Amino acid sequence: MARYYFEARRLAVGYNGAPLIRDITIDVEPGEIVTLIGPNGSGKSTILKSVTRQLRAVAGAVYIGGDELRALSYRELARRQAVVLTERMRPELMTCRDVVAAGRYPYTGRLGLLTPEDEAKVDEAMEAVHAREIAGRDFNEVSDGQRQRVLLARAICQEPEIIVLDEPTSYLDIRHKLELLGILRRMAKERGITVLMSLHEIDLAQKVSDRILCVKGERISHCGAPEEIFREEWIRELYELDGGTYDPRFGSVELPRIEGEPRALVLSNCGTGIPVYRRLQREGIPFCAGVLCKNDVDCQLARLLAVRVIEVEPFRPLDDGAVERAKDWVRRCARVIDAGVTIGPENARIGEVLELAEALGKLERW
Amino acid sequence: MSERSFDAAKLRRRVRCQCVFLALAAALCVIVVLNINIGSVPIPVREIARILFLRAGDPVQLSIIWKIRLPRIAMAALLGGALSLSGFLLQTFFGNPIAGPFVLGISSGAKMVVALAMIYFLERLGSVSSWVLILAAFAGALLSMGFILLFSRRLKHMAALLVAGIMIGYICSAATDFVVTFAEDSDIVNLHGWSLGSFSGMSWDNVAVAAAVVGAAAALVFCMAKPIGAYQLGENYARSMGVNVRAFRVGLILLSSVLSACVTAFAGPISFVGIAVPHLTKRFLNSSKPLIVIPATFLCGAVFCMLCDLIARTAFAPTELNISTVTSVFGAPVVIAMMLRRQRER
Repeated sequence: MARYYFEARRLAVGYNGAPLIRDITIDVEPGEIVTLIGPNGSGKSTILKSVTRQLRAVAGAVYIGGDELRALSYRELARRQAVVLTERMRPELMTCRDVVAAGRYPYTGRLGLLTPEDEAKVDEAMEAVHAREIAGRDFNEVSDGQRQRVLLARAICQEPEIIVLDEPTSYLDIRHKLELLGILRRMAKERGITVLMSLHEIDLAQKVSDRILCVKGERISHCGAPEEIFREEWIRELYELDGGTYDPRFGSVELPRIEGEPRALVLSNCGTGIPVYRRLQREGIPFCAGVLCKNDVDCQLARLLAVRVIEVEPFRPLDDGAVERAKDWVRRCARVIDAGVTIGPENARIGEVLELAEALGKLERW
Repeated sequence: MSERSFDAAKLRRRVRCQCVFLALAAALCVIVVLNINIGSVPIPVREIARILFLRAGDPVQLSIIWKIRLPRIAMAALLGGALSLSGFLLQTFFGNPIAGPFVLGISSGAKMVVALAMIYFLERLGSVSSWVLILAAFAGALLSMGFILLFSRRLKHMAALLVAGIMIGYICSAATDFVVTFAEDSDIVNLHGWSLGSFSGMSWDNVAVAAAVVGAAAALVFCMAKPIGAYQLGENYARSMGVNVRAFRVGLILLSSVLSACVTAFAGPISFVGIAVPHLTKRFLNSSKPLIVIPATFLCGAVFCMLCDLIARTAFAPTELNISTVTSVFGAPVVIAMMLRRQRER
């Protein structure tokens, strides 16, 4: 028995025999969630189409449950692998339940009649995606979020060992994205279903996946656990971010910082500075931020958005150097914004900075 | 929705389905009787029963019923069913609700080759068998179908595909008109009536051949109900559920061509039945499940064509209308209504 459920060996994929991406080697253990990320047009869908036999692989081999993809019969493959595709389906006069029930195809007889066990499995699949209440609605009339859940239920109903999803969260609002990925996570961990999918939302990919594959150029550029992959520079390189930054700690994306001679100094800590940074950013005002301990949440964002950050080591009283630098910036900037600094024994000397700003008539309290 | 109300919904669907089948069967019986009853020689209903079941009664009436009216009725029913089924298959294949053998030029292609075959064989042999006509029609249907498939690779847009089909239809009709114009006088009368579409002049031999071909094709279509259902979700989903899409598509093309070829061989091109009837049937059933839609479409097509034939025969008697004249009057509004409805749903 192989340790891996899904394997791709030196797979090359592309259209009309011309390889677009080469040397794809992937091993996926049962119950793992593997996510493909990469810019638009990088070939994520092409890879997914090739491992679901919608597209003939140019070279190499794919193994599912130990068997070569091409050696499996249509029915056998359908019992192991189910898909959720990006294409919009507009079936005529079909209820959501009818669409889900179509997933029983590889198990029904010649005429496709559902047995009571099949019916029970359809109900169970709808239950798993919380779609019981829309079972009788026309599929074309439900919302995008419901539609996507119904399509997932259809795939679950096929009782596959691996589900392949191409951008399942596109068109969904944030609540439905979370709900869908939550269901996938549960399927993978409770039922041991292997999940292979592509996602645009790198922040969600980081949180839901066991493994990440970065698709870029002619090959898989990086492959590994999310902790290894989500580094600022790799993401920057993968998506060719010229402006803006990606913060791997929170998985958030920021617009580029406003460069220039700082016109404002923001004094804050404990997160009070974040809304001020964003506001200055929107108004196009270059600013510097201080006096921030390195473990302050403000400090993380200030590094990305402020032109200059006055940083100090945590859990120590403010030293002369930091206070002098802050006073220097008070003199140089036209505005000093107090975003609500909490003052305690360790940063008591921030009071001196505030007094100076007050004296110069530059202090604004937000 | 609770468990109970869901079961109730399921029950409602089943009852609706049974009602539709019962209504269609009743309509079929009524129209058969009307069709026998009405004509240049009206035959009272009491006589009809005697003649049909006991084969006794007035010899003139007996021969009118058995030699003229019954084969014509049977043919209208068979070909109407075949045409509707062919339309249903083409709509499934192209994922396009207004596809049909007539608009895609398949009927016209069949008509062209049948006209050529008729002229050729009538000149050489003085007669032409039903089988030859069916084969010729099938060849013509496949020819048009080939062009349509060629275009459909390039034309992803549904309206563009239909325009291509209509153009193919015009080209084939022009070719047919051309050969008819230069054919021998004696053939023309025969050909001209036929090329406009009519159920008149059917013999039991014709009926037997048509029944064999249509029956076999319809049975095969019914056997394909399961993959057709999967294909309604789209080609890629069908493949992922285990349908051998390539073989399935070839099967669909061949069966729809055979069905529409058979119609054209015997009755000439008939418009709108292939689009209107499957659509009406799905609305009646409020479902698109092939397992029930296929037999219901066949039945509904039979009823529709018999009704249209009745009108064609009797509306302006003794002059007979082309069958297409009548089917267009009823079918075209249905198609327009369907398109308006779809537009609204968008």
